[in-house]
Amino acid sequence: MYRFAISRLLQAIPVLLMVVTVTFFLVHSAPGGPFSADKAVPPEVIKALEEQYNLNQPVWQQYLSYLGDVVQGDFGPSFKYSGRTVNELIAAGLPITAELAFYAMLVALSVGITAGVGAAMRPNTMQDYLPMTGAMIGICMPSFLLGPLLVLVFGIHLDWLPVSGWGDIPGDKILPSITLGTGYAAYIARLSRGGMLEVLSQDYIRTARAKGLSERLVIIKHALRGGLIPVVAFLGPAFAGLLAGSFVVETIFQIPGLGRFYVQAAFNRDYTLILGMTIFLSTLIILFNLLSDMLAIWLNPKLRQEIRGTN
Amino acid sequence: MAILEVNGLKVYFHTRNGVVKAVDDVSFSVDRGETLAIVGESGSGKSVTCYSLLNLLPKPPARIEGGTALFDGKDLLTCSAAEMRKHRCDDIAVIFQDPMTSLNPFLTIGEQLIEPLIYHPDRSQIQTRVEAKRTAVALLDEVGIIDSQARFDCYPHEFSGGMRQRVMIAMALITDPKLLICDEPTTALDVTIQAQILLLIKKLQETRNVAVIFISHDLGVVAGIADKVLVMCDGTIRETGDTDDIFYRTQNDYTKKLLAAIPEGAKTLPNRAKSDETLIEVTHLKTYFRNQLNTNKSKENRFVKAVDDVSMEIARGEILGLVGESGSGKSTLGRSILQLAPTTEGSVKFSGQTLTGLTAKQLVPWRRKMQMIFQDPYASLNPRMTVFETLSEPLLYHGLATKKNIANQVRQLMDDVGLSQAQLRKYPHEFSGGQRQRIAIGRAIATKPEFIIADEPVSALDVTIQAQILDLILELVERHNLTMMFISHDLSVVRYISDRVVIMNRGVIVEQGNTETLWAAPKEGYTKELLAAIPLADPAAERKRIANI
Repeated sequence: MYRFAISRLLQAIPVLLMVVTVTFFLVHSAPGGPFSADKAVPPEVIKALEEQYNLNQPVWQQYLSYLGDVVQGDFGPSFKYSGRTVNELIAAGLPITAELAFYAMLVALSVGITAGVGAAMRPNTMQDYLPMTGAMIGICMPSFLLGPLLVLVFGIHLDWLPVSGWGDIPGDKILPSITLGTGYAAYIARLSRGGMLEVLSQDYIRTARAKGLSERLVIIKHALRGGLIPVVAFLGPAFAGLLAGSFVVETIFQIPGLGRFYVQAAFNRDYTLILGMTIFLSTLIILFNLLSDMLAIWLNPKLRQEIRGTN
Repeated sequence: MAILEVNGLKVYFHTRNGVVKAVDDVSFSVDRGETLAIVGESGSGKSVTCYSLLNLLPKPPARIEGGTALFDGKDLLTCSAAEMRKHRCDDIAVIFQDPMTSLNPFLTIGEQLIEPLIYHPDRSQIQTRVEAKRTAVALLDEVGIIDSQARFDCYPHEFSGGMRQRVMIAMALITDPKLLICDEPTTALDVTIQAQILLLIKKLQETRNVAVIFISHDLGVVAGIADKVLVMCDGTIRETGDTDDIFYRTQNDYTKKLLAAIPEGAKTLPNRAKSDETLIEVTHLKTYFRNQLNTNKSKENRFVKAVDDVSMEIARGEILGLVGESGSGKSTLGRSILQLAPTTEGSVKFSGQTLTGLTAKQLVPWRRKMQMIFQDPYASLNPRMTVFETLSEPLLYHGLATKKNIANQVRQLMDDVGLSQAQLRKYPHEFSGGQRQRIAIGRAIATKPEFIIADEPVSALDVTIQAQILDLILELVERHNLTMMFISHDLSVVRYISDRVVIMNRGVIVEQGNTETLWAAPKEGYTKELLAAIPLADPAAERKRIANI
């Protein structure tokens, strides 16, 4: 398993290098710069700023020196948040976004798996159609629509939950987590339904029933492990997606997380912040994909032994 | 007294295309300690009959429309879910056909074995894990699992097919059932393993005095072990009676047809190796695969030696039977000859031309002359191509036909393989298994090849269909002057069709020779073992054979 993980991590290096290179030249080729503003700034001020941030050098030199810094884990200073480094900004936003993503994942897993497994147990009945219609709506509904709707209903009309903030008032984490998790819950519901339907038609499920096991045991002990492998494989990309895609939810609910920095950085041409965020999130995506692949392998005894065998 | 009495059982499948009467008015009974064989071809309703007793059918589409099934006087068809769980746990056990798919790949076999004991519906009978493990290990010993204590914690994929089926048998017996349903328990197994498993079931039945319902499509298999035979076709009973009556004195036309279809004895056609010309020459051929499961790094085990130093010749016009059990390397040898599998060493010559080492492009003209018929006609035909497209593709690819005259050639092919021309525009799923194999054969002979490798072409087919396809193959070989390598695990089929036989085991040739000479006087121990394991469709002879083992 270690060898598998190490070889996958080594494969990630060229991928990350590509990400750095492409992003670097893309942001630099976009018109405008970090210091072009609506207001005319005296040229000597701009020149001084560019000198301070090494922007007066040729692009390829900037690229090489940036690459050198990144290898050492230094994403450089932010251009817009003066006096703060990109590392500091990520460190400030990450715990909040990670917490939001974690709660959203809890929502997605509990709702998604329950609905999917329930639907698979009675296919083509109301127990199947209702949650699956819900899932379809959940997939189609964008979070910028769902979020305000939830705020309208639960925050304003019913006045049950706070409408914004994060960690200030008890209960203010509920609506953002649901908003962010719904799309993933819907997807997980469909994945687990498909996986369970396939497993439930397997011969070994019939064997389990023929042994006189209760239906509950048949599902929990014999079917879930195989049926949820598609969900496990999806967990990695999903978690990375939650971290990277929390911008809309963070904006709606005024949450000081990572997503906000990311989008503002793009508007501000904050080169180092855009680059830093992109590299950081790409690394997370690669890591989470690796983790969920390893989990999926570990769940399958045959694959587990084959991986062990190659070590 | 009968332990199970089934009366007027009707099971219908309500599908979108209408009602299928899978089981229609079936009645039978089984006594304690008796073995009833239910014999029939696929779709005859034999498995559905038994699954409906334990409520194991998917509902919908299945629905029990009528009848009773009294087990010890209680009706299984109307009992509650809780009562059914008790019956499944204590009274009636099932050994399923394919031990590969019937065991849960995610759980150790030990865990699966003890489940009925540790989750027993009757709380007073629940055993602890330790007690259950003791029972299970003893039972594994009894069914012949070596080192059962250690094997208890292994996963199904770590067992061979025969061993898996032994585990399945142990699982069925762990609660001491009164009735054992064996659903084609040996169909997925090699012939020597089949002989062992049949013997084991018979022995266990005698020591435990259980009633057995033995489902099979193979009359040969049931001849030696059944007391009574029930012949089913299209959901109805065609004939029922004592084993000897069915085999020796049947009056029923369908039973006669089944018995006649069993390939027995040598083929009636003369030995046809007319020319002395060698068409295929294989010298010191080796095909090794990298060993994925190798846990120790010794050089010895780095490769799986699928084909290990095989030399043989096939004369033009000859039908060569290649026999071996699963894993013997017979399919790999076939694929290596056709250059479909990468060879490690050695050479293959076709009509004097060395094929090994040619590039894909250089092989194209030779590909036309060598074709292959695969085992599973369900999997080997493209489901999105009509028969016309399937048959015309090789003709157009090799430039043997133009768009203008292709229709005639394809029609000719349909005639050749005995299919009606009206079916040209149909897709594979609209055909039966036998018809699909005819299409596959048509595709293989389309390019007018000189050499065909048939890899288990009839093992997925029912016995009456199998007989038809074998005769079709013989006829086509004769008419088109083909040379054929016929790969099979079924010795009776090989004897029926081939002029010469090669026997393979673990990647090497064990013995080869003229079919009848080899049958009459096998030299090697392995060949003798193989021949001795063939079940005979003759109850008296079969009982004698089993008694001698």
